[in-house]
Amino acid sequence: MSDSILVIGGGFSGITAAVEAAEMGYDVYLVEKESYLGGRVAQLNKYFPKICPPTCGLEMNFRRIKTNPRITFYTMADVESVAGSAGDFMVSLKVRPRGTTPQCTSCKAGEAAATTEIPNEFNFGMNTRKALYLPHPMAYPHQCVLDMQNVDTSEIEAIKSAMPAGHVDPSQSEQTVSLSVGAIIVATGWKPYDPNKIDNLKFSQYENVITNMMMERLASPSGPTEGKIVRPSDNEEPKTVGFVQCAGSRDENHLGYCSYICCMATLKQITYLREQSPDIEAYVFYIDIRSPGRKYENFYKKLKDDEKVHFIKGKVADILPGSAPGSVKLVAEDTVGGGKKEQEVDMAVLATGMQPTGAETRVPGIDYDDDGFVVPKDGIIACGCAMRPIDVVSSAQSATAAALKAVQTLVRRAG
Amino acid sequence: MSKKIGLYIYTGDGVADAVDVDKLLELATGEMGAAVAKKHDDLYSPEGFAMIKADVEAEELNAIAIAGVSIRYDYKELHIPGVYVEKTSLREMVAWSHQIPEDAEDPEKEKEHVQELAEDYIRMAITRCQKAELPEPDKMEDANEDILVIGGGVSGLTAAIEAAEAGHKVLLVEREPELGGFAAKLRKQIPLGPDYSSLMDPVVDELIGKVNANAAIEVHTGTEVARIGGVPGAFRVSLKEAGTKSEWDAPVPLTDEEKLDENGNELSADDQKKLYDEKNEGRHDYMEEDPDAKIVGAVVLASGWKPYEPAEDEFTHLAWGNPNVITNVQFEELAKEGKVKRPSDGKEVKSVAFILSPGGKDDDADFPYAGAVTSLTALKQAKYLREDQPEDGKAYVFYQHLRAVGTYEYFYKSLQDDPGIFLAKGAVTEVKPAGDGMNVTVENTILGDDVNVDVDLVVLATGMVPTTRDEAVVNLAYRQGPAFRDLDLFGGYCDSNFICFPYETRRTGIYAAGGVRRCMTIEESIEDATGATLKAIQSVVAAEEGHAVHPRTWDFDFPDFYFQRCTQCKRCTEECPFGALDDDEKGTPKPNPTRCRRCGTCMGACPERIIGFKDYNIDVVGSMIKAIEVPDDDDDKLRMVCFVCENDAYPALENCARKGLSWSPLVRIIPVRCLGSVNVSWIKDAMSSGLDGALLLGCKFGDEYQCHFVKGSELANKRMDNVAESLNSLGMEPERVRLVQVAIDEYDKVPEIINSFVDDVLEMGPNPFKGW
Repeated sequence: MSDSILVIGGGFSGITAAVEAAEMGYDVYLVEKESYLGGRVAQLNKYFPKICPPTCGLEMNFRRIKTNPRITFYTMADVESVAGSAGDFMVSLKVRPRGTTPQCTSCKAGEAAATTEIPNEFNFGMNTRKALYLPHPMAYPHQCVLDMQNVDTSEIEAIKSAMPAGHVDPSQSEQTVSLSVGAIIVATGWKPYDPNKIDNLKFSQYENVITNMMMERLASPSGPTEGKIVRPSDNEEPKTVGFVQCAGSRDENHLGYCSYICCMATLKQITYLREQSPDIEAYVFYIDIRSPGRKYENFYKKLKDDEKVHFIKGKVADILPGSAPGSVKLVAEDTVGGGKKEQEVDMAVLATGMQPTGAETRVPGIDYDDDGFVVPKDGIIACGCAMRPIDVVSSAQSATAAALKAVQTLVRRAG
Repeated sequence: MSKKIGLYIYTGDGVADAVDVDKLLELATGEMGAAVAKKHDDLYSPEGFAMIKADVEAEELNAIAIAGVSIRYDYKELHIPGVYVEKTSLREMVAWSHQIPEDAEDPEKEKEHVQELAEDYIRMAITRCQKAELPEPDKMEDANEDILVIGGGVSGLTAAIEAAEAGHKVLLVEREPELGGFAAKLRKQIPLGPDYSSLMDPVVDELIGKVNANAAIEVHTGTEVARIGGVPGAFRVSLKEAGTKSEWDAPVPLTDEEKLDENGNELSADDQKKLYDEKNEGRHDYMEEDPDAKIVGAVVLASGWKPYEPAEDEFTHLAWGNPNVITNVQFEELAKEGKVKRPSDGKEVKSVAFILSPGGKDDDADFPYAGAVTSLTALKQAKYLREDQPEDGKAYVFYQHLRAVGTYEYFYKSLQDDPGIFLAKGAVTEVKPAGDGMNVTVENTILGDDVNVDVDLVVLATGMVPTTRDEAVVNLAYRQGPAFRDLDLFGGYCDSNFICFPYETRRTGIYAAGGVRRCMTIEESIEDATGATLKAIQSVVAAEEGHAVHPRTWDFDFPDFYFQRCTQCKRCTEECPFGALDDDEKGTPKPNPTRCRRCGTCMGACPERIIGFKDYNIDVVGSMIKAIEVPDDDDDKLRMVCFVCENDAYPALENCARKGLSWSPLVRIIPVRCLGSVNVSWIKDAMSSGLDGALLLGCKFGDEYQCHFVKGSELANKRMDNVAESLNSLGMEPERVRLVQVAIDEYDKVPEIINSFVDDVLEMGPNPFKGW
């Protein structure tokens, strides 16, 4: 018997489930595989339809975590095994070494001493980071990570000596942590569908074909271009941008379901373009614009009023080289007029869908369906995009609901 | 309580290079009277913490000021019982944000500016230690843990079951004579998971069975809430027979228009009272307690939706008004009875056109108040027809955008193989009678041609109107009236307007779920009701533990009122974004701590300065402002105070500093809970202390407000008019005070915002009252 709750995944859903359960008076363990909490939303520039920054809500949730003694979290940690049953699970975690100690105040000195430039995964490789780094400016925990894989020992020594004694510890090793919990919430979230798998969109062939998540980083003031949307080939502002909807989604060869958020994400990204310049033309190739409900429909309506935003019914079947250097030509089957529609654009954005993390990385002891979504069972509760493709609002709802289901598991056992 | 204060300065990360730390230590123990002042180059280490702890014990310190890294960094080691901790970030606010460029004209002078900046932050931190007290939680004793659920549809039934299964008693109130709500009127329901190809029996029967079998759930059908008074942990609920009037109906305050006479002048207090009494005749005062009220701890509002009923002259191009054109709700009723027969002549229906978007060629939007569920319902109803008429039934679904979001795509796909279901994208331009049925014209179809079909029946996929659009439902006996405020921003939905925090409401302890919040499927409603139930239970837990509910869940303090000096001006009772304050006949506010969110809007509003928190009040912040050293003979050393929202603008500033961006060293930053808590007296304090300007940085307001306390930054902005007036009356430029909206991610804009303000103040010159 245990009266604690384990939350696997420290993205928006996991954080929400953890704080909501802790604020009900229960002890919560939160486990995150990355070195920071916040997951996908930490990479987003703004939320739709309000166009407000995700860091605002994260900041508030981080404060709830910092001030709540009932929450213990582990970053850079993976669940190795889950044994037992509802009310009495034994969970084993592997915690990878961070290379720094809690004394680290993310001081800049070590970063300055590091020399090797390493592709920055937080920005999808669009810029570089150092071997000692804070994953992003608003990262929590605000303790740097020492990347011991990509640099040699002499650089690590240089970093170490540049920093106050005891802040860096390259000798750390992987730790095993055993937890006894009564209920498990799985909030392992999603990853962008790999665009390289969609052969006809030729993502790897064109520098100026990017994904919607890359667009989020380009538009973010903390991103690789400090918020300036430019095309990768020449760092020039694109004058025309094409959006390729359902890049992988609603396609039996890729993701059979609709990824829920990509239509709204594209509409949102058009507002980024418009904020940057009144002249950029946007071309959206779509099957359906899925902006259901009053708020989303109103948001779509606002964009339809923009004369420089063109909505074209049709699914992009091919991307060809354009006539101007760096440009590409989107070729779509016109589902209205028949025949083909072509549009040359300076840059194309693939509205790639969301694939549950469980499609490729499965937590031992958890059940999954064919798509990789978590199938709940007694004492194991799924929420957020680990459960089905949803937006942030719905993720927050499902995570809050999951917290209650977890609490009930404990209440029921306690009689 | 007298304070024995220790100051600890972290000298790492460039702090020692930027400022003369020893001078700061002298300032602390000298002028500022700290008992201990020490520096440490690795303060946030076991040794550093041990040093502080040893001092606290040896010197019996009861307050410590930590001057070092970001105030947002939390160190559990510094949570020492009985010791007040104040943090100021010399690293971000001084060293990193005020690096002296190599090509500086007069580096010594700049260094002097930076040193003075650091000195002021030390003064302010120690002053706060002197003035602030540790909060003591006000734990609610005997809090009631029962949950009232309003509405007995899927959401309400779910909320009741979920609360009961978490160990709470439930009072479930349904207006209709039977439980089940709209879901009980369905023939079948959209599948909740695989197999997506077949419809399922409505889950509502199972939910009703569970509710009826659960002894912890007390069900009242045919019943409405007359009023809810009281507070989270002790709400007082008066019930009444549905559709009747009750002496306990919640009184409704006068609207702003009603408070004016025919000439637009505000009526006298007596006249307003008279009008109010007339309006609420036969009802008890809102503060009066119904002796028969049922007591509950928290409320889930799940009153659901009602079908959108098109007006007579609406959708005339779709032949609305013709008996063979009906809504999806009417079609569902027919389908529930068995094989669908046409209401006009009883003929078995063989062909139906379902129309999702009414706008023809001009507008591709769905019907008002529609959502994904209306798209899905059209698909489901197409399936009914095929169940009824497997041989020759024909269902046409005409849509602009079929909103089968997420995994519902599989359900949509499962229909595509049915030869009797025709799914077509296009603009329905006309519906007209033809033969004994209807003729439908669709243009711009997916097939490239216009389509023209004759059908027996046309079904409009109309939307779901939240019950809160037209009535209060919760009927609160509150000073601010019975309903949630400003729902017109959301089309009447009981929505939160926060993407991260969808359950936020402006009435603590009352959480909405299901169709009253948004157009939702049954699956979503079940989940939503579960989440709302958690929030309801949590608000009782917070009351019992004595802390605030979201967003300040860590806050165990609550506002204290010094009533002897209250002038009954009613600003606090009217401005509280959460309706936390009631009042008495005279207008003296009555605080309700468990409704309070601790934003401090009341403190900001109070002209008598009688509202405050133990660690955050008029005196604490006023004293910090007065602690700022103001040189009165140096025009290069003007001083400005900058109040910043601690959740958003402040992290933006820190991010600026991390990026090495600079702003003027003439500005002194004071983090505040919310701009709504900024009292005009602080600005007056600043001006009378000889400061030359005040800048307020807070969250966006307006329809897409980002303020976590909903109205805080907006109210602060309104108060700027008062400020301008008082400055004018003193012969000072009103431009010396400015409010700017800034979001947490706009760190790149902050230096420009601050510096342009400073430049403008420099242009105006020193505060004429400086040195008085």
